[in-house]
Amino acid sequence: MGQFLLRRLLLIVPVLLGIIFVTFVIVHAIPGDPCSAMLGEHATQAVCDAFKERFGLNDNVLVQFGRYAGNLLTGDLGTSIKYGRPVGDILLERLPMTLELSIGALLFAVLVGIPLGIISAYRHNSTLDAATMVGANVGVSMPVFWLGLLLAAFFGVALKGSFLQLPTSSRLTAGVTIAPLATTWNLQDLQGFSKGVVTFLSNMVTFNALVTGNWKVYGDALKHLILPSIALGTIPLAIIARITRSNLLDVLGLDYIRTARAKGLTERVVVFKHAMRNAMLPLVTVIGLQFGGLLGGAVLTESVFGLPGVGKFLVDSIFQRDYPVVQGFTLAIALIFVFVNLIVDISYAYLDPRVRLS
Amino acid sequence: MTTEALPAVKSLAIDKPFNPWRAMLVRLLRNRSAQIGLVILAFLLLVSVGAPIIATHDPIDFSDPNNVTRTPPCIHVLGCPADQPQYLFGLDGNGRDLFSRVVYATQTSLFIGVATVTFGIIVGTVIGALAGYAGGWFDNIIMRFMDVLLAFPSLLLAISLVAVLRPIIIGGGLSPLIPALFAIGFVAIPVYARIVRASVLSIKEQDFVSADRALGVSPARLLFHRILPNALTPLLVQGTLGVATAILDAAALGFLGLGQQPPFPEWGTMLGTERNSVFNAPHLLIFPGLAIMITVLSFNLLGDGLRDALDPRLYR
Repeated sequence: MGQFLLRRLLLIVPVLLGIIFVTFVIVHAIPGDPCSAMLGEHATQAVCDAFKERFGLNDNVLVQFGRYAGNLLTGDLGTSIKYGRPVGDILLERLPMTLELSIGALLFAVLVGIPLGIISAYRHNSTLDAATMVGANVGVSMPVFWLGLLLAAFFGVALKGSFLQLPTSSRLTAGVTIAPLATTWNLQDLQGFSKGVVTFLSNMVTFNALVTGNWKVYGDALKHLILPSIALGTIPLAIIARITRSNLLDVLGLDYIRTARAKGLTERVVVFKHAMRNAMLPLVTVIGLQFGGLLGGAVLTESVFGLPGVGKFLVDSIFQRDYPVVQGFTLAIALIFVFVNLIVDISYAYLDPRVRLS
Repeated sequence: MTTEALPAVKSLAIDKPFNPWRAMLVRLLRNRSAQIGLVILAFLLLVSVGAPIIATHDPIDFSDPNNVTRTPPCIHVLGCPADQPQYLFGLDGNGRDLFSRVVYATQTSLFIGVATVTFGIIVGTVIGALAGYAGGWFDNIIMRFMDVLLAFPSLLLAISLVAVLRPIIIGGGLSPLIPALFAIGFVAIPVYARIVRASVLSIKEQDFVSADRALGVSPARLLFHRILPNALTPLLVQGTLGVATAILDAAALGFLGLGQQPPFPEWGTMLGTERNSVFNAPHLLIFPGLAIMITVLSFNLLGDGLRDALDPRLYR
């Protein structure tokens, strides 16, 4: 296992370098004068010179790349042109929302998708099975943002006044606020990395409310996450349900299942203890791969539900040509995706000895 | 007597040679999801080709003479008063006929889907074939780079690419659709490059290819006559499913305002511009969204059907 871990970690180094390279190239591939591209055509020569000097755009491209990569190693993701703030600080504010949303969507997809898949496989060819498979096909074909808008219309407007009414925008109800963890725990004088971690956790509202026991805020935050999570989680749900079903169907036809039934085990033990263990293996990979799609889809979901995550900020930055933000956000999301895939590979190797031995 | 017996003998003697393509087609047409997908797709093709005939109004230049906007659908046979003008899907925010816009947008979406996937397949095939054929460090560098591209969530990479390309291309007076087309096609490349490379590697060392090479067959001929036929099945399946993804991604870019620009009809753009009407004029969101869903569904069903029909492993 140790050897496998080491090899897997070493393999990630070129990918990380590649990601840094690609995000660098994306911004530097803009032909023409970077100044007029970022500040607009009407920027004066003096403003341009100062701008180029400040961002080191007069240097050799290789020098610029070296500086970019070196800065990244110290945690410096660049500075927003529009806000003049470090991109890292903006990420610490925005990323927690996106992660909360992605985790919420993944939970919804897994908690609904796996049981649906199990039932469809077990009641193979039943009406429920057929309905689930039709639903799964429709589910993967629906645009995330469209589903989000329909959910908002239904739960926010059609059910208005009923107990099922759900909030359709923003992260918390107006007036509901929560103090930063740094204030609650008296950690204002933290610096550097630990300060970043505390800010990050503090901005993860559900986490903050949970650890400080602020149930009112916790409930409110969860309520605001329900509709976005359903919208974002529907595509992975459909995929997970389909794969659970087909894997379980394959496994249920194997000899050792027949043996298990023949020796008189209850159906519950056969399905959950014998069959599911093997059927679950490929699911781990699928769930991990879905996370990348979730991060991309989160951009759309946040836009629909007005959530202050990275997605909305990213799209706004594109229109404002705030390229350091585009660069930093793209990089951060790609890094998260790589990290999630790493965890998936490791857990896969942990669950299936054949992987780490091969 | 002999003349009667002859046909039977003849049909035994000259048995039709086994045609794998025909066999695949038969399997495909027997597959339920492929059937449904093909029927919907045929319908969509008909709509997009026949758009000028089917559309009741001009999708861009027409606006309601009474200056009303966002009125719900009015269909005479369904009880809408005959003195009101008939709009099958209602009017949009600019008084344009939504039905005609949805119909015309079929062309846009099918074009985006097919064009981006074709681009991805062509570039991916060249890259994959070169990498697989050359091997060594060249292969290593190319494929690691493909891994890196796959490490980005595809929609996100497409968004960043559009971000960079948009100002240049729109500044140059070209269609705003081009950055989106390029971005969606670009992010699809690694998938196809991997498929073709795997196929090259699997047959590169086989005897019939070595024989070809010994005979001095050109690499281009090897690519087109030996390697591509082997990669065709996975490319076809992946390409069909890829069209579905491309249409969804294009709609997403349109929704964010990064794809086709108004007044040109595109489903995602139509949803994006009317997103705030979801509460007071839901028809403006229901019809374009349904159109996206049905189109994506048809390609997904056809792709699934193709996979089931073309994968020989399932029939051994």
